[in-house]
Amino acid sequence: MDQIADHLIDQDAVTIADDTALVEVRRVLRAHARAAGLSLVEETKLITAGSELARNILTHTTDARGRLYVEQLADSRRRGVRAIFTDDGPGIDDLDAALTDGFSTVGSMGLGLPGSRRLVDEMTITSSPGSGTTVVIVKWRR
Amino acid sequence: MSDDLIPVMRIADTLLVALQGDLDDATVIRIEEQLTHAVARTGAAGMLIDVSGLGAVDSFIARVLARVVAMIRLLGAEAAIVGIQPAVAIALVDLGVPMGHLHTALNAQQGLALLQRLRRSGA
Repeated sequence: MDQIADHLIDQDAVTIADDTALVEVRRVLRAHARAAGLSLVEETKLITAGSELARNILTHTTDARGRLYVEQLADSRRRGVRAIFTDDGPGIDDLDAALTDGFSTVGSMGLGLPGSRRLVDEMTITSSPGSGTTVVIVKWRR
Repeated sequence: MSDDLIPVMRIADTLLVALQGDLDDATVIRIEEQLTHAVARTGAAGMLIDVSGLGAVDSFIARVLARVVAMIRLLGAEAAIVGIQPAVAIALVDLGVPMGHLHTALNAQQGLALLQRLRRSGA
């Protein structure tokens, strides 16, 4: 995380420990979306994706615990929001399967990861069994 | 019921409720129970659930909404979701939540007309 911490602007962090944290996750994402000047549709997509990813942490980690870091992004051409969801849960065995619509290990609809990927501009997943999962999403202002 | 979370309005034989704000999961579940009980208690022929005050609907809330509609149908009434915000609709389609089987309308007025049509065709 040091690499990410080097270029932080206005970072926020949320502990995801139970389902009441989802309201806070959505609130923080909304605030950052507005600060970055995202449109209402972009903002809604970011919040929806973030809510799903936070839910994944609650569903898949044994002690249902993770963190969200949200930060503003800016380069010479555009602004955006980056959200980092990280947990030290069991990790993902098969990333390709986890990114397939309808694939679920817990009897849900299996939309969390593939659906979130459709809602954002960039999504990267770092995971290996036993060492947790980090999902980074970016939504740019059009 | 003393622990009602949201007000239920009655227009003739149709109930109208509005969901607003950012609801946590437990509240969504309690509202689901409240709405199902309201239909059973009043014997209403239909219910309109206005979600125009919801700024985001994720897969959990969408699933609960679909479940409420299914429960109300089991009670012999019809239910429709009205007022989905355009941005929310766009996000739900991207997310891939199946909502096509639900009765939906742009607003409460069109929802009332929809319920009347459903009732006539079902009679």
